Amino acid sequence: MNHLPLIIKREYLTKVRNKSFIIMTILSPIIMIALIAVVAYLSQLNNSKQRTISILDESGMVESIFKSTENTNYVILNDVSIDDAKKQVEEKEQYGLLHISKGESIDDVLDDIKFYSKDTPSITLMEGLESKLERKFTDLKLQEQGVDIDKLKSSEARISIAQESFLGEKSSKIDNVVKLIFGGFAGYMLFMFIIIYGNMIMRSVIEEKTSRIIEVIISSVKPVQLMLGKIIGTSLAGITQFIIWIILGGVLMMVVSAIFGINMTEMQAPQQELMQQTMETQGADMKIQSLISSIYNLPLTNLVIMFLLFFIGGYLLYSSLYAAIGAAVDNETDTQQFMLPILMPLILAVYVGIFTVIEDPHGTVSTVFSFIPLTSPVVMLMRIPFGVPIWQQVVSVLILIGTFMFTVWFAAKIYRVGILMYGKKPSYKELYKWLKY
Amino acid sequence: MNNLLVANSVSKNFGKFTALNNVSIEVPKGSIFGLLGPNGAGKTTLIRVINQITMPDSGSVMLDGQPLQSHHIRDIGYLPEERGLYKSMKVGEQALYLAQLKGLSKSEAKKRLKYWFDKLEIGDWWNKKIQELSKGMAQKIQFVVTVLHQPKLLIFDEPFSGFDPINANLIKDEILQLRDEGATVIFSTHRMESVEELCDHIALIHESNKILDGKLQDIKREFKTNTFEVGLVTNNEVDLTNLIKEKFDVSKADFKSLNDDLKLNIKLNDNDTSNDLLRFLTSKAEVNHFNELVPTASDIFIQTVKNS
Repeated sequence: MNHLPLIIKREYLTKVRNKSFIIMTILSPIIMIALIAVVAYLSQLNNSKQRTISILDESGMVESIFKSTENTNYVILNDVSIDDAKKQVEEKEQYGLLHISKGESIDDVLDDIKFYSKDTPSITLMEGLESKLERKFTDLKLQEQGVDIDKLKSSEARISIAQESFLGEKSSKIDNVVKLIFGGFAGYMLFMFIIIYGNMIMRSVIEEKTSRIIEVIISSVKPVQLMLGKIIGTSLAGITQFIIWIILGGVLMMVVSAIFGINMTEMQAPQQELMQQTMETQGADMKIQSLISSIYNLPLTNLVIMFLLFFIGGYLLYSSLYAAIGAAVDNETDTQQFMLPILMPLILAVYVGIFTVIEDPHGTVSTVFSFIPLTSPVVMLMRIPFGVPIWQQVVSVLILIGTFMFTVWFAAKIYRVGILMYGKKPSYKELYKWLKY
Repeated sequence: MNNLLVANSVSKNFGKFTALNNVSIEVPKGSIFGLLGPNGAGKTTLIRVINQITMPDSGSVMLDGQPLQSHHIRDIGYLPEERGLYKSMKVGEQALYLAQLKGLSKSEAKKRLKYWFDKLEIGDWWNKKIQELSKGMAQKIQFVVTVLHQPKLLIFDEPFSGFDPINANLIKDEILQLRDEGATVIFSTHRMESVEELCDHIALIHESNKILDGKLQDIKREFKTNTFEVGLVTNNEVDLTNLIKEKFDVSKADFKSLNDDLKLNIKLNDNDTSNDLLRFLTSKAEVNHFNELVPTASDIFIQTVKNS
């Protein structure tokens, strides 16, 4: 008798109707959006306050480079002593005073540049000032050596190496960033999904044990059916929650930005000034164009199919282990010792993904880890945007499916014995013995 | 075919521990079969083998002449000792779910549930959650769920635990009625008085071995000691006792009586009948109590377990 649909339905409905599940589903995106809104609002508040910085340039060399902007107002002081200047700045409650003292040579001037302020100045501000000064003084020193600055500037070469594979696929640096974001997002989603909903499965198995209903159920259905029903039912509830989160989050985001006029995407305004300076070198329009083209260049069909395969395979693999742990213990506090071996490969996968795939997506480490079943879902998903040969993908999926079948068998064994064991916390040795019962 | 269930030398080991050692039982159709034994004897393991929760290492189990198969799950109703229900699920939903797992259609399950809920006067619990009910109330629902799919074989493991005497009686009557309607019942318990009341066959399992089985009446006959409880009216107890001791095995007896009698247990001599004893006694004193000592299930249980 196939009771699987019945079990899935019950598991799904119980999860979805659960009060804390409903509250979490609705509240999480609200809290998230509220947090983002608050942070965005605060940082805007911070930026809208203009900083006034007084410049006392006794050398007279660099005055000209300080032009006031939206965020920073420069006041050039003339003919005051440094002590008076300090007093003045403090009285007017300005942000700080930049003092460039007189010197015999440029090097002397360089040695004695100071910034006075009431509190420790912000790092971005200091970096901005430093880079301004560095550029100016470099020019001055070059001039001193008799170099024609205009000629130098015009002879500067800007290189962007075009990348092309032997098969003729063109790519660029921005492509790599896009690939990284796609792969990283897919891997991270899977990671989160496993941790959140794997735990949910484990708890629901433990609940069945503690409420002692398990023997009643198990006299009607096979343990494997119950376990699979639990995994699938809980996963469906998880997918429901995820979809609601995405939709609700999107809607709330739009509502909040419409009401408060906060542009959530422009949050790091202080850094923008710096960014703009570097961006000027390359046309911004070109950037956006190449961004779009690199998204089109991604192997999208491949990505979507493999995402589904690895996501489902990886998730089922881990959740069957979670179910086995739930069956082996009596209460949640006892799960710790078994959780570690599950979390380790998962965390390892994410780290391997972040550190080695970026550096070398087809290097030995990334390749090996994209075949090991416990890490392959995360690592392979991160690698695929960079173009992995189909045979590698297929082999990895096959290994994953094989391992999944093995873990389901293994978990079902533990499950079958474990759900009827009460009272004592099992050791690994005992779990091994259960396999033979 | 007179036996509904036959277990043939079933053995089960858990690692080095032997839970069942060549245990065979025969449960006649329409009987109430008492499965007895001390804690940890292997009763629950045997029941789990019958329910196909645990697979035996060797031996076989036949239900209605067929080796056990997965579809037989529907022919068995099992009330485990370790029982419970989903705490946060509503009574009605839960009962429907469990009934459907046993193969009933939803509409059929609903109809039968209504019948049982009305019968046990628990109809207004339908929308309550289990956690709002008392333990006894939850047990009632558990009982209904166990019998709902009208199985041929009912297995109750300590069915009365958690019930007050009134509800225990109610459940007992339901069990008897189910038996009368044709169900066969396996009944595992430590409470010997309910064995006495209900069972007509018993099997005794001790340390993984079956050490006794058969019809309760036959077993009792086998265990009887031909001893009689007598109450005698006399004014010289010592002389009378000595007089009887010359002819019979005598020990002091203790039973409730309205009079201050001399109370004795007297064992019949091998060739005597009860009439011989009675004749002897009436010639010596007035007899106002005369009763054969029938071994109770409890006596048999203790004696067999001790001797094995």
